[in-house]
Amino acid sequence: MLTLGIETATERVSVALGDHDGVLGSIDITRGRRHAETLTPAIEFLCRQADVKIDEVAVVAVDVGPGLFTGMRVGIAAAKAIALALHVPMIAMSSLDLLAYPLRRTDQLIASVIDARKGEVFYAFYRQNELGIQRVLDPTVGSIDDLISDLLGRGQETLCVGDGAVRYRDEIVAGFATDFAGSSYSFPSASALVELAHLKALKEDWVEPHQIEAMYLRQPDAEINWSTRNSGAGR
Amino acid sequence: MSAFTSNNIVVNESTVILAIETSCDETAASIVMGGNDILSSVVSTQIDLHAQYGGVVPEIAGRAHLDLLHPVIAQAISEAGISESRIDAVAATHGPGLIGALLIGVSAAKALAFTWDIPYIGVNHLEAHLYAGLLEDPTLELPLVVLLVSGGHTMLIEMRGHGEYKLLGRTIDDAAGEAFDKVARFLDLGYPGGPAIDAIARTGNAQAIDFPRGMLHDGLDFSFSGLKTSVVNYVRKNPNVNTADVAASFQWAVVDVLLNKARKAAEAVGARGLVLGGGVAANSLLREKFTEMCAADGRRGLLPSRAMCTDNAAMIGSAAWYRLRSDGPTALDSGGFPNLRLPLIDSSWSR
Repeated sequence: MLTLGIETATERVSVALGDHDGVLGSIDITRGRRHAETLTPAIEFLCRQADVKIDEVAVVAVDVGPGLFTGMRVGIAAAKAIALALHVPMIAMSSLDLLAYPLRRTDQLIASVIDARKGEVFYAFYRQNELGIQRVLDPTVGSIDDLISDLLGRGQETLCVGDGAVRYRDEIVAGFATDFAGSSYSFPSASALVELAHLKALKEDWVEPHQIEAMYLRQPDAEINWSTRNSGAGR
Repeated sequence: MSAFTSNNIVVNESTVILAIETSCDETAASIVMGGNDILSSVVSTQIDLHAQYGGVVPEIAGRAHLDLLHPVIAQAISEAGISESRIDAVAATHGPGLIGALLIGVSAAKALAFTWDIPYIGVNHLEAHLYAGLLEDPTLELPLVVLLVSGGHTMLIEMRGHGEYKLLGRTIDDAAGEAFDKVARFLDLGYPGGPAIDAIARTGNAQAIDFPRGMLHDGLDFSFSGLKTSVVNYVRKNPNVNTADVAASFQWAVVDVLLNKARKAAEAVGARGLVLGGGVAANSLLREKFTEMCAADGRRGLLPSRAMCTDNAAMIGSAAWYRLRSDGPTALDSGGFPNLRLPLIDSSWSR
């Protein structure tokens, strides 16, 4: 069962193809042109070089965030369009899960931390279990202080990963002694996406394209301002 | 998978284009055959989502486009009553507009085009508004003058042929639609301002207040910011004035200037036809007076239906057909262009 994975939730554009034999091919681009420009040509190149016709794809997996809103919408819009055109189901995965998955062999607590801009981060915690990896704190958004306080609350040996961990490394270690994953793990990858999605696809644990929803974890700015204004706090 | 090249495209009356529009606050998809035959046109407006903020909020628009686009595309295909395999090309507005909103339509369109192995066409939203008028009557009697009036633009354009545009005049400050929105907000009439003023003006006296006509005798450019200011000043000096009279008099001042300049432009280039386009072209008074003026002048007036004046994807499909025929497909590594301008013959326009 051939799975196409699309991941654009951070600065990276990442696409991969996978099946029972694992990842058949992947492209990761972390600098250069914008997501919307790079994504379709990357899929086209990947299919051509992997000798795959797009209509052989049986399921489209997509990273639904959290992450950079405009970037992740580019990937979700394209993934839904491909699924719609091929009449195949979809599998949604969180960017934070994708960050943790390649580190699943560690017995430390894994803290996936993605830069949410405006001084905040998106984060979630994971632990190894007998089946692989298990989420122990669901995706949330907060300040670095919130993250540190959640880490202190756990009080476990921790491995931090993600572009948020890289950016706020000094602030995090000032509040909590933790290890950091190597820089090659800093962005979610479509390779992890197709591997995880394949496990779900085998169980037919998928959805129709219209059921795919982005995970924002944060209200649009105007809504925040509006509710502040209505409550009188902004005056 | 063979890359699509422009030399194996046949563009004719039976060429079917799926068109997508997500540049602002309408999520739209349409199936257009042969450039003019609208097989379906689905528009899902987000006006209610933005109304409480008094304007379009880009992040809210982006979220709504992502949720609405794919159902809207599916509905457009289903309403057209064609099989997907009949679609020959996929088009999307790639500018101007809100970048985050544009990229959703562009990304979906490119992905569809790649998956179906058919051309992608990035369309200029302004050019598409010009084609909205021609959708009603595609027989071109050139040259035409187009009065394009929307929330972001007020322009007079001479159309010498497909893709050949010369700018005759433009607003030097606010767009006409912007003036409607600002005055409506000042008068507390709600958002969007155009329909709100249109509605209340019906009960008012358009001759009640003689608001200034900006730059009326001053070439073909427009200015609306002075008019907006005089409305504000007038209401502050006359707090008990009837709001309907203010709205009607303001609306008449805008329409009067627009049509006077459109007539001058048509005379200047010897236009045989005059086309009205853009969201403000849905205004009742403008439509009525436009039709009267064209009849009086013995000039053909092309007035798109209201649905074709406001943002829609059928006009994108029409413009895309002409662009595919003249320029071929747009590359799949193309993106969005928030500040895209109309391609003009006379490039001296540098604003």
